[in-house]
Amino acid sequence: MAKILIPTPLRPYTDKLDAVEATGATVGELLADLTRKHAGLKAHLYNEQGKLRSFVNVYVNDDDIRYLQKEQTPVQADDTVSIIPSVAGGVEATIDSRVRLPLEGPRDPQPDRDAPALTNEEIKRYSRHLIMPEVGVEGQRKLKASKVLCIGAGGLGSPAAMYLAAAGVGALGIVDFDVVDFSNLQRQILHGTPDVGRTKLASARDRLQSINPNVEIRTYETALSSKNALELFAPYDVILDGTDNFPTRYLVNDACVLLGKPNAYGSIFRFEGQASVFATKDGPCYRCLYPEPPPPGLVPSCAEGGVLGVLPGVIGVIQATETIKLILGVGEPLIGRFMIYDALKMRFRELTLRKDPDCPVCGTHPTVTHLIDYEQFCGVTPAAPEPSAVNSATEITAVELKLRLDRGDALTIVDVREVNEYQINRIAGSLLMPLGDVPKRYPELNPSHEIVVQCKMGVRSAKAADFLRSVGFTRVLNLKGGILDWVDKVDPSQPKY
Amino acid sequence: MAERRLTLAAAVDQAVRRHGEETYPHECCGALVGRDGVVSAVVALPNTTEEGPRRRFLVRAADYRLAERRAIELGGELLGFYHSHPDHPARPSQFDLDHAWPTFAYVIVAVTAGAAAGMTVWYLKDDRSSFDEGSLHHGENSHPDTAQTVHG
Repeated sequence: MAKILIPTPLRPYTDKLDAVEATGATVGELLADLTRKHAGLKAHLYNEQGKLRSFVNVYVNDDDIRYLQKEQTPVQADDTVSIIPSVAGGVEATIDSRVRLPLEGPRDPQPDRDAPALTNEEIKRYSRHLIMPEVGVEGQRKLKASKVLCIGAGGLGSPAAMYLAAAGVGALGIVDFDVVDFSNLQRQILHGTPDVGRTKLASARDRLQSINPNVEIRTYETALSSKNALELFAPYDVILDGTDNFPTRYLVNDACVLLGKPNAYGSIFRFEGQASVFATKDGPCYRCLYPEPPPPGLVPSCAEGGVLGVLPGVIGVIQATETIKLILGVGEPLIGRFMIYDALKMRFRELTLRKDPDCPVCGTHPTVTHLIDYEQFCGVTPAAPEPSAVNSATEITAVELKLRLDRGDALTIVDVREVNEYQINRIAGSLLMPLGDVPKRYPELNPSHEIVVQCKMGVRSAKAADFLRSVGFTRVLNLKGGILDWVDKVDPSQPKY
Repeated sequence: MAERRLTLAAAVDQAVRRHGEETYPHECCGALVGRDGVVSAVVALPNTTEEGPRRRFLVRAADYRLAERRAIELGGELLGFYHSHPDHPARPSQFDLDHAWPTFAYVIVAVTAGAAAGMTVWYLKDDRSSFDEGSLHHGENSHPDTAQTVHG
């Protein structure tokens, strides 16, 4: 039994009592019990949708439940719950933004009195936020006080950072070390055609500052690593994972768990996107879902498999939405829920995730208590030692290949990419045999010929070469650096992708 | 249902009108304190709306608590609230209705071009469908110190 204090206007419904008792483990249960006992209260406390009316404030002892766990806020028997009216009114239902004036009067004494005030310019800029009760001036000040770190300024980081800047977060950090490439522009809308060749950070800073000069943009031109992650994350409230590879994804997850910072997660591939919020206090983390990374090479990257350009727009904006909800403390975050978006079918599905008590990083007896070597954990060997070390028994460089072709050597060039890639660029005279077809089509090849296998960058063709050797081909060379190196070093007239 | 009556002490009537004129063109708001349908004191409250005080008023939870406390200190009860409608008639709006509490008396003073004009009183119907207009009466002044102002 907890005591509920009833305000004057509701006392006619509680037999004129200013305090009544009710039973329940949470505020929601307590109020349900209260309205069962005093049915007349219901219409005044709840709206037609069964939600607490916006002008009904509920406090547990001295705390507004909006800043606790709302109606899920637990209640002990000796707690005092107060129903406190906000009294509001005014002349008309529409709001004339032209007469919006700087704030007057005292602020609500609740949690964020330390949050920075809004300037007149900001009040105008964020007016569509300010008129919503879920944001309001209080919420906008929380946004202004917040700091968000985006890992990556690519497909996901672009829309996320742009909307977060527009929404008025106080500080936006971006970690990236890449340079803008033409192939980024189809989806990475932070960057424009004139930015090609600039660092993504320089381009991002210009774009974000032009959207909202009030936001402090902090750029970190570095590869996120186990050495710098904790230090980089420490000053931020929410980490937004816009990475495109498993080692960094596990690194971001583990660092968030170790620091207790929420991870607004997203990932994309071809037509499918995923989003969730990991590493909150009681919620699951990425490892509760995937304790171990997939074998290297099993899940292709966007550079290998492609991605629909608008897809990161949807997922990045979901990540930004979740980030903003976490900052405001409103709504139902994607905690314990894994959202899967299928753009081809235009369907959202949701999986329920539970915190795994045996999770190696966030479980009850964690085995990962500091950041580890994530490249090794994911089985990714560091990029093959660079050009000097070409293994002439198994590899051939683009320049060598060109020399041998010019010399008239009898070589069969097998292109193991997909047909749509082959249509973009190719080595004249090559035979198209997509990697997936190699096991059934290899008899087309003459084992007495020397064979050069080739793909976009050399990864798929290395697998093809291994396969061919396993079925008895003895003279198989992998074109190092794939068609991209060929275009760079031999045939710059062809396009790259 | 019999029409509900609300009697304002003379000083209360003046305090409400003066408050509406002072804050014009913005809305003013405050609490009505008294007993048995007689308002003997008002507590002027800061208008904390974030939606433009020309069109809105908001008494925050903290100020509401203060008003209830002040009512007890003054030996009365919280009978309701007043607010002004600058350059609009003294009739409740849909917004007033959406945000109204039962049993409270809602006094509205119209302030036209800076001068207080008509004053009315309204009570929310129990089913929240609309307001019933009450009858407003003016009584004798009860105490010289009936108007209080709370500045935040």
